[in-house]
Amino acid sequence: MKHLGKALAIGMFMMAANAHADIRFGIVNEAYPPYTTKDASGKAIGWEIDLMDAVCEELKEKCTIVDVAWDGLIPALESKKIDVIWSSMSITDERKKRIDFTEKYYSALAGMIGPKDGAMGVTAKELKDKTVGIAVSTTQSAYFKKHFADVASEKSYATVDESFQDLASGRIDYVFADTGPLKEFLKTDLGEECCEYKGNVEPDDTILGAGVGGGVRKGDDALRERLNAAIKAVRDSGKYAEFSKKYFDYDPY
Amino acid sequence: MDFSWIFPYRDLILQGAFLTCLLLVISVTCGFGLAIFLAIAQVGKNPVARWLAKGYCTFFRGTPLLIQLWLIYYGLGTYLPYVPGLRTSFLWPILREGLFFAALALTLNFAAYQGEILRGAMLAVPKGELEAARAVGMSPAMILRRIWLPRAIRIGLPTFAGEVVLQLKATPIVFSVTVMDLYGAAYKIRQDTLLVYEPLLLVTLFYVGLTFLITQAFQKLENAVPTRR
Repeated sequence: MKHLGKALAIGMFMMAANAHADIRFGIVNEAYPPYTTKDASGKAIGWEIDLMDAVCEELKEKCTIVDVAWDGLIPALESKKIDVIWSSMSITDERKKRIDFTEKYYSALAGMIGPKDGAMGVTAKELKDKTVGIAVSTTQSAYFKKHFADVASEKSYATVDESFQDLASGRIDYVFADTGPLKEFLKTDLGEECCEYKGNVEPDDTILGAGVGGGVRKGDDALRERLNAAIKAVRDSGKYAEFSKKYFDYDPY
Repeated sequence: MDFSWIFPYRDLILQGAFLTCLLLVISVTCGFGLAIFLAIAQVGKNPVARWLAKGYCTFFRGTPLLIQLWLIYYGLGTYLPYVPGLRTSFLWPILREGLFFAALALTLNFAAYQGEILRGAMLAVPKGELEAARAVGMSPAMILRRIWLPRAIRIGLPTFAGEVVLQLKATPIVFSVTVMDLYGAAYKIRQDTLLVYEPLLLVTLFYVGLTFLITQAFQKLENAVPTRR
């Protein structure tokens, strides 16, 4: 009887813990507008945060945001400091070896910006002998290695933000990144003054095709499937299109 | 432990190791050259030169190297393109590279520390030796060249070795201005392969190995320079 009581108490405690356990979303602490960034008070805002809120509402769960550095996201997930990576992480085969992904929740279009000189286009012809700034280990970096490495040179940056500064001061000729952050930069004073959009690169589905998804621990299928269902519900209900309008003039899915 | 990435990334690693060594050699040699002037100015009689040298050493020893590097790279470097003609000149390919600014910042910083050490060492040279040199009729320039500086460098040598090791360990910050040094290579490998520890372990071994070589080289140098105490 005593044991039963104990077991019951532990069981109830665990159930209670389960019901109240927040889902911890790991989000990069480097600004990545318009997807994730911080307002002046340090509160996370952006398209991905809106999506997270909608998904959590669908899940009827309380979600908390955990700030993690970009290179710490996967280790943080594996050491159970977070439950979901929700930070514009493209679904790649290399990452799939370590973590599982939900279905994609947006497609990252890859493009380039460069100085305002009127020369448009981003094929091997225009890039010949140019220097291209790319954030380290992104899908763009993989794309560059495959398509442009023999004509142009790559300069690696820890974050895409730092490459914008160098583009403005003429140290690099192009920045190659997701269209979202690129267009966001072009809206700033500095971006408007120095640079212009040069175009999207030719699609390559093996590298860029899989899109961006939420990352979960390997084998955490229950959470993955709930997230998938919630993402689908948010898309179907029209909520997705609604908050996307605030950020983009195109459908990011 | 997974070290299968070493082979595919060998070029990046070797290139990074080369850049680390290059930065160390440039900053130590140029910095030492500059330090000699700083030390002479500080023990010399000209008050303007003395205060300039003192101010320089205080400023560069009193601010974090990272801030100096960023001030030079993002501050100075951002205004360079607006200098008329510079962007089209033959210097631009060098001036647009982070390597130039990294070498500059490391050199200026090293010179400040070394200048102070050398100043102390110059003051530690026994007065009698300098008086003896004067007594045999050497000119002040010759005393400096033949007696004062060589003796001071010999006195400062053990500290100098330590400074070079510290300088080696200061180099990884150059990755923050896009120089793909050894640490930068490790960072990229960590990001690409999602391995947390192994690339760091490899560069740790490299830094320890290089430190060992530096201390050994200085030991040899110290033994080779004749001393009489």
